[in-house]
Amino acid sequence: MNGHNGRNSADFAQGGGTKVDKASNMNKDHVVLQMKDIVKKFGDFTANDHINLTVHKGEVHAILGENGAGKSTLMNVLYGMYPPTSGTIFYDGKEVKIDGPQKAIDLGIGMVHQHFMLIPPFTVTENIVLGMEPGNGVTVDIKSAREKIRQLSEQYNLMVDPDAKVEDISVGMQQRVEILKVLYRGANLLILDEPTASLTPQEIGELIDIIHNLTADGKSVIIITHKLKEIKASADHCTIIRSGKYIDTVDVAECSENDLAAMMVGRDVAFSVDKKEMTPGEVVLEVKDLKAKDYRGVEILNGLNLNVRQGEIVGLAGVDGNGQTELVEILTGLRKGESGQVMMKGVDLFNKTPRETFDHGITSIPEDRQKHGLVLDFTVAENLILQNFGKEKFSRKGILKKDAIQKFATEMIDKFDIRPSGCENRHAGQLSGGNQQKVIIAREVTNDSELLIAVNPTRGLDVGAIEFVHKYLVEQRNKNRAVLLVSFELDEIMDLSDRIEVIFDGQIVGSVAGDDADEKELGFMMAGGTKHE
Amino acid sequence: MNKKNSILKGNAVYVFLSIMVGFAVGAILLLVAGLSPGEAYGKLVDGIFGQTKYIVWSIVYASPLIFTGLSVAFSFKTGVFNIGAEGQFVVGSLAACVVGIVVKAPAAIHVVLCILAAIIAGGLWGAIVGVLKVKRGVHEVLSYIMFNWIAFYLSNYVVNLKAIHRSGGGEATKDIADTAKMKLPDAVVAATRCGAANWGIFLAIGAAVLIWFIMNKTTLGYQLRAVGFSKSAAEYGGINTSKNFLIAMSISGGLAGLGGAVQVLGMSGRISQFASQEQFGFQGITVALIASSNPIGCIFAGLFYGAMKYGGTKLSLVNAPAEVVDIIMGTIILFIAISHIFKMIVAKRLHKKEEDK
Repeated sequence: MNGHNGRNSADFAQGGGTKVDKASNMNKDHVVLQMKDIVKKFGDFTANDHINLTVHKGEVHAILGENGAGKSTLMNVLYGMYPPTSGTIFYDGKEVKIDGPQKAIDLGIGMVHQHFMLIPPFTVTENIVLGMEPGNGVTVDIKSAREKIRQLSEQYNLMVDPDAKVEDISVGMQQRVEILKVLYRGANLLILDEPTASLTPQEIGELIDIIHNLTADGKSVIIITHKLKEIKASADHCTIIRSGKYIDTVDVAECSENDLAAMMVGRDVAFSVDKKEMTPGEVVLEVKDLKAKDYRGVEILNGLNLNVRQGEIVGLAGVDGNGQTELVEILTGLRKGESGQVMMKGVDLFNKTPRETFDHGITSIPEDRQKHGLVLDFTVAENLILQNFGKEKFSRKGILKKDAIQKFATEMIDKFDIRPSGCENRHAGQLSGGNQQKVIIAREVTNDSELLIAVNPTRGLDVGAIEFVHKYLVEQRNKNRAVLLVSFELDEIMDLSDRIEVIFDGQIVGSVAGDDADEKELGFMMAGGTKHE
Repeated sequence: MNKKNSILKGNAVYVFLSIMVGFAVGAILLLVAGLSPGEAYGKLVDGIFGQTKYIVWSIVYASPLIFTGLSVAFSFKTGVFNIGAEGQFVVGSLAACVVGIVVKAPAAIHVVLCILAAIIAGGLWGAIVGVLKVKRGVHEVLSYIMFNWIAFYLSNYVVNLKAIHRSGGGEATKDIADTAKMKLPDAVVAATRCGAANWGIFLAIGAAVLIWFIMNKTTLGYQLRAVGFSKSAAEYGGINTSKNFLIAMSISGGLAGLGGAVQVLGMSGRISQFASQEQFGFQGITVALIASSNPIGCIFAGLFYGAMKYGGTKLSLVNAPAEVVDIIMGTIILFIAISHIFKMIVAKRLHKKEEDK
């Protein structure tokens, strides 16, 4: 395994931009990185328990694990953020001690974080050279930097304009700037942390191409993710971590998505949701000619029409920023629109308060669970009664019924498997993201309203939690409730929806039945094209 | 969460350490000034605990501070920074004083009228700032500070009105009627050997318990806290945030106003013309911070500050300046603030650890 001692990183120097065909890459068995028996303890808690990781030259190596499995800890150990409690790291066959990010960078390890660290008003070039500006110490030689960035961009087909301002470019492009940033610093091993979290399907495809360009040139890429589809599409090997323990390293080509998921969560996972046949009933929500402006005064909803019936899930597909957020905020009373109607079983709820929309049967799983969904400094029990604290069940004459609230919380924690069990009086902010979402779902599903609006309900959740969320959305539908699902995950929309409406530029531009939805066609409509008949 | 973690996250340890550091810094400064810290602190302790009447005096000093502390603590819990407790305290004491002078009524009723006047005045003072905040989007800290000065000059104006100003010498109001005073039975006063002994402290304890009850046991408290912790989540949950801000700021103002009443009706019996702000409101911020905004904690923090204030007046007897007390209190606040940062770091690390689980 470790037989290439004596090689040094000079062997990896860029070969002048020639693209090597992936199949003919000669050094695929050369081990770039080996992490052996890594243990990382925090106090009496073991975040990494004897984890092994071997990354070869020119490969894409995925690290798969649920939220909190220890993926980030392992990468932070590799990037020198934490010293390991025990275990050894070999880089290019030599044992190394990485005692800080600078050491990692010097070795040729680069990290692209999930949340970009760019300065919006600066140009791409300025962002990339930040912290290591070329020049004589007084003036910055931006020209040579610019030229180098242009070359790198061309070499890996990144198509980044070095002079564009970061605030003007798309999220996908910003990510490429981050990749350029680590390439510019001479990285041969790139760590991408949840790289597809905020990308559109098209951008994800482009990113995978870029990753392959990098590996074809002899660079190695580690991607941290819990999205199985992308692992299948991009990775050569995959190391699975569960609860801090090393499970296995597998050849991705020989594993199905189901195999990977089962290894990740330790049990079989149902991917397709069990939807019984339903005939949609009467119209519950009818939005007519809705117009709204965003905070800058720009039209964001331009006469939007939409309806949702009983017993159906309507998926609202669209690229972020086409009015979804504003639509949902108007439906839930958080935002005022310009004109239009929001008819809920015959009552117009346009520009009413959140209380009124709730009382008329609209509940929602909000997009930002930490900002809107939960009061993080409230206990789980307190969060579970957010809309209903004034109801007979939980208070009398203005005095809260503590026992009833506790009992309800215990019921919800059991029923919805909110962990850790017995967390009634823990602050919601102390729970993991998946469990925070479970608290919200427990609350909103139990409200059992006519209409449930779910906005990106599985964002940042792992497979197990996603399965859970989907189960409850379908359950609401099966109980003949109306569900409006707004999501940037096209797969999710296609899996769950009975009908898909595509939003673009503040209007519904297309509608397809859930069964005959086609990813390409939806993607085309989401980008502003019209539906092919 | 294990025991060690909960202690690291808790407040009591940090507050205690901060108080220790405060005294240590005070000792260093005394040394620099060529004074013996042992002697000065000895005098301070003796000045507070040496005789029954010293203890009673400390309590008398503490009562108004418990109120302003409660006022600020309550505002913190509801997402507002009441830096205007000073002004609310002033209008509260002014209203109590005026009613105490002008109105004629039997004892039990008169004192209640004065107290009500103070609560309403302080509450209104806070509510105006609240209206500016929710209707016009004026940041409360700005208008609170302005309203402190408006209260200051309003008080000085009223003090000099003919009907209110005392005849003869002195830049102060007339004394309030005996019926308006928060007097304890004569026998009790005699036993304490402190002429200023009054029942303000019981009112303060009652108010603290009431505020604790409202915050933790009622739907009103639930809403106030929800708005205080997360305005956006409260709004999403259908809670009327504007209404709750107004209620919170009125109650907070009322508490400070009540503190003003306790000061006038219990101790001073009149209001003097101000040369500068009296600081009760600002000292309330200190009390609230030491108490970590816990209403019950405000009782103890207020007693601590009151005792330090009273004990500090004795320091001149050993030629130490009374300002040492201010330095100690200032240092305590500084270190409590630093401990918050420290705590944030600890919390973050613990959080990370738990997340990695």
